[in-house]
Amino acid sequence: MRNKGGRSARTAWIVVVGLLAFMVAFAAGCGGDDDSSSDESEALSEVGEPEGQVDLIAWAGYVEDGSTDPKVDWVTDFEKESGCEVNVKVAGTSDEMIELMRTGQYDGVSASGNASPRLVEGGDVAPVNVDLVPNYESVFEDLKDQPYNTFDGVNYGIPHGRGANLLMWNKETVDTDGKSWSVILDPKEAAKYDGRISIYDDPVYIADAALYLKAHQPDLGIEDPYELDEEQFNAAVDLLKQQRPYIGEYWFDFAKQISSFANGDVDVGTTWQYQYFTLLGEDEPVASTPASEGFLPEEDATGWSDTWMISNEAEHPNCMYMWMDHIISPEANAKVAAWFGEAPAQSEACAEFKNLDPAYFGAPNHCELYNADNPEFWSRVYYWDTPLADCGDDRGEECMDYNDWVSAWTEIKG
Amino acid sequence: MGRRLSDLFHSHPRLQVGGLLAGPVGWLVIGYIGSLVVILITAFWQVNALSGEVEQTFTLDNFQTLVDEPVYRSIAGRTIAIAALVTITDALLAFPIAFYMAKVASSRMKAVLVVAVLLPLWASYLVKVYAWRTILSSGGILNEFLDPFGVSGPGYGNVAVWLVMSYLWLPFMIIPIYAGLERIPDSVISASEDLGASPMTTFRRVILPLAFPAVVAGSIFTFSLTLGDYITPALVSNNQFIGNVVYNNIVNNQPLASAFVMVPVAVMIIYLLIARRLGAFEHL
Amino acid sequence: MRLSRRSQWFLRAGVGLTLAFIYIPLIVILIYAFNAGKTLEWPPDGLTLDWFQKAVENSGARDAFVTSIKAALAATAIAILLGTLASLAVSRHRFFGRETISFLVLIPIALPGIVTGIAINDTFTQVLGVDLSLFTVIVGHATFCIVLVYNNVVARLRRVSTSLEEASADLGADSWQTFRLVTFPSLRTALVAGALLAFALSFDEIIVTRFTIGAELETLPIWIYNNLFRSNQLPIINVVAVLVIVISVIPVYFANRLTREVGGAAPTARGRAPTEAEAIAVP
Repeated sequence: MRNKGGRSARTAWIVVVGLLAFMVAFAAGCGGDDDSSSDESEALSEVGEPEGQVDLIAWAGYVEDGSTDPKVDWVTDFEKESGCEVNVKVAGTSDEMIELMRTGQYDGVSASGNASPRLVEGGDVAPVNVDLVPNYESVFEDLKDQPYNTFDGVNYGIPHGRGANLLMWNKETVDTDGKSWSVILDPKEAAKYDGRISIYDDPVYIADAALYLKAHQPDLGIEDPYELDEEQFNAAVDLLKQQRPYIGEYWFDFAKQISSFANGDVDVGTTWQYQYFTLLGEDEPVASTPASEGFLPEEDATGWSDTWMISNEAEHPNCMYMWMDHIISPEANAKVAAWFGEAPAQSEACAEFKNLDPAYFGAPNHCELYNADNPEFWSRVYYWDTPLADCGDDRGEECMDYNDWVSAWTEIKG
Repeated sequence: MGRRLSDLFHSHPRLQVGGLLAGPVGWLVIGYIGSLVVILITAFWQVNALSGEVEQTFTLDNFQTLVDEPVYRSIAGRTIAIAALVTITDALLAFPIAFYMAKVASSRMKAVLVVAVLLPLWASYLVKVYAWRTILSSGGILNEFLDPFGVSGPGYGNVAVWLVMSYLWLPFMIIPIYAGLERIPDSVISASEDLGASPMTTFRRVILPLAFPAVVAGSIFTFSLTLGDYITPALVSNNQFIGNVVYNNIVNNQPLASAFVMVPVAVMIIYLLIARRLGAFEHL
Repeated sequence: MRLSRRSQWFLRAGVGLTLAFIYIPLIVILIYAFNAGKTLEWPPDGLTLDWFQKAVENSGARDAFVTSIKAALAATAIAILLGTLASLAVSRHRFFGRETISFLVLIPIALPGIVTGIAINDTFTQVLGVDLSLFTVIVGHATFCIVLVYNNVVARLRRVSTSLEEASADLGADSWQTFRLVTFPSLRTALVAGALLAFALSFDEIIVTRFTIGAELETLPIWIYNNLFRSNQLPIINVVAVLVIVISVIPVYFANRLTREVGGAAPTARGRAPTEAEAIAVP
């Protein structure tokens, strides 16, 4: 080897300067971004010419263009009519959706209630001018102007559809009539199914425990399961810690839960209609709280109501408005509600189900099965929401915020 | 022109080094390491819970949380323990086949085995883990097999994570050990035998020390890949690993996630220093 | 090496055990590729060839496969280039920070994939203001693939004596000629092996890819991940995996043969040509 040291110092300097330059650039970049995100964003006043493309973030199954199956398609005809090519990025969790929206690379997102307030507060989404969305008028009234899609009186999105979290169990191995969540939330009962309980893997499940305590420990005074003060919160977390030893699995994707029920790894837990009907379709002996109980246990249930929101930095706003109008048009909304397994937002979709192919799109009485036009049912469903420090009532800023929920969830799971 | 450039490099060796390094160093240091440093710096910042904006005020709160709450310690401990177990398991599983490939197999057998060992790398990670779910489930293949013996399999949990990770990273251990063993000249082994050593002694005192750096090098992959994984623990267990905590927090509370990332970073630095001390980066 | 019959027996048993361990899950995947039911229940509901047809017809799968190939080829090419440069610098010269380079190159693979993914995402979207695309995916993959090429080439260079290069220079060749005609041939097999591992790693990568890929694209692992959420598509994933394995046998076999072409490589300081094992070496 020919070289001696000496030039070593030069390399060292190059490295250090490079690093410093980079950090300065990054810090400047960070600062720049903060300044450029505007708090006062404007809704579109009229829909102009389509831009040729729209980039969406969506839950799996919400935006099907025939690549899953040629018959499952409510995108291709939209693309032809509007000239907007649809690109969709499927996200698994609300957190992922928020992260993706923050990159500013997408035009819109199908956000649940545990994402929409954060998107609004973070300045990532713009208000929506509902007058520009003709199909909005015939959306079910109890979906309009809700706390998860309307902020300070301003509309921020178009309702997509909603669903409730179900209690599901294996008829052959679990002894319950589905009237109460106690089968999985009362530690004494849960112990009977040690290692066979299946629970949704997300901090928002704490709200389920809070809802249970609302009915069983009324002196805690829980009203809104998403706004809990310290005492209420600790009680809910405690309950879940007592449940933890009996948990068989935490699930966040359908396939895992479906295979677990089918294999007999778990026998009871929380689920969505999608898994329930898939398992029934595979002749698995599963049951869910029956119609006679209004499909919900006596303590009520949590659920979700999704909203299409438009990005503050949307490059294709016209196409986005066209998409929002399309997805809540009767036929498209019926198809997606049937495919995914949820109640449609569009009241005129209910008449469409009988025209759809039952092999793919379920039953003609879909709206009845899913309680689409039954506000009384939905008054018992507490849609996913973002916990805020501001309780929204006379308690003031006493409540636990989302970071507290995330930390608690980490602790519960252990 | 090319001649003059190469003359230039030839007479100024430092420039040659600089030129050679400019690409990779520029890429890594400025592009990647730079953003890595920034992520790690956010460990010292805080986040606004609602808007998700990172507030750039210096604080040690995140580290305080990690130290105070016992759950983070147990998660880190669990991850490191399983990483170590996986590494040891893979070393034990890899050695026989690597030895066979290096010293016993015929030339054609060698080729077949190399392809055979590399083949699983082409089956998607997710598909492999789901296959293991089927094997380990309570009505699954393993339990069906063990049933006549009255024993049941481990099901899901830490044992499952250990099994699956050992499976996933095995090729990354087999190949380095195979290479390390191949590099041991047959003459050395013959010499040991000629001097009267039994095969066991030859193995213990000649082969093993010469192969050890290769084992350590392979272990760097198995250890680090296990430390950062969050998909396998989520699919075959209910337990949280370092990767899961980082994944759950990276969107809402990036400072906390960044703080927790320091753990695998520190562990890997220590591991690499030990590996270097043990000669993994050196000539045999 | 002379081994007793008993030791030989044990050795073969060990080999058999390891091979069984490696291949049983792959056989499970194969069985489920024919699965008639939609759940991953054991035993499978029935056997059918339907899914093979659906997999081949599925345009999403085909596009994702092509995207993965493109990304992996590009990432591997970059990794070869940069890995070779770095290893040449490190092996042939002494300078401050030499060992740090080995460490730096290893970092992308040593850290949790999420961190690498977010770091690269931040670099592109926040600092450089560049949109995510196939390019950003390639950059992400190349970053952790470099180490695979680097380690192999460094190991090889340590075995290849510099005296040949010096002789070449003495005979009047410039640096580029020396590299092209003397150094490179002895590196070739190491490069191929490193490239093979890098390609495999990039092709199957999911975590970093999720953070660096744009809206319009899918690589194969992303496509598989997305389809895991589409329950009635589950069996198609197993079929795709089986098809990919089958397709890969041929290139892997040929690459392996490339590494065994020992004739023409310069003899090393130890008077023994580099073996194929060293070709796939990670020191």
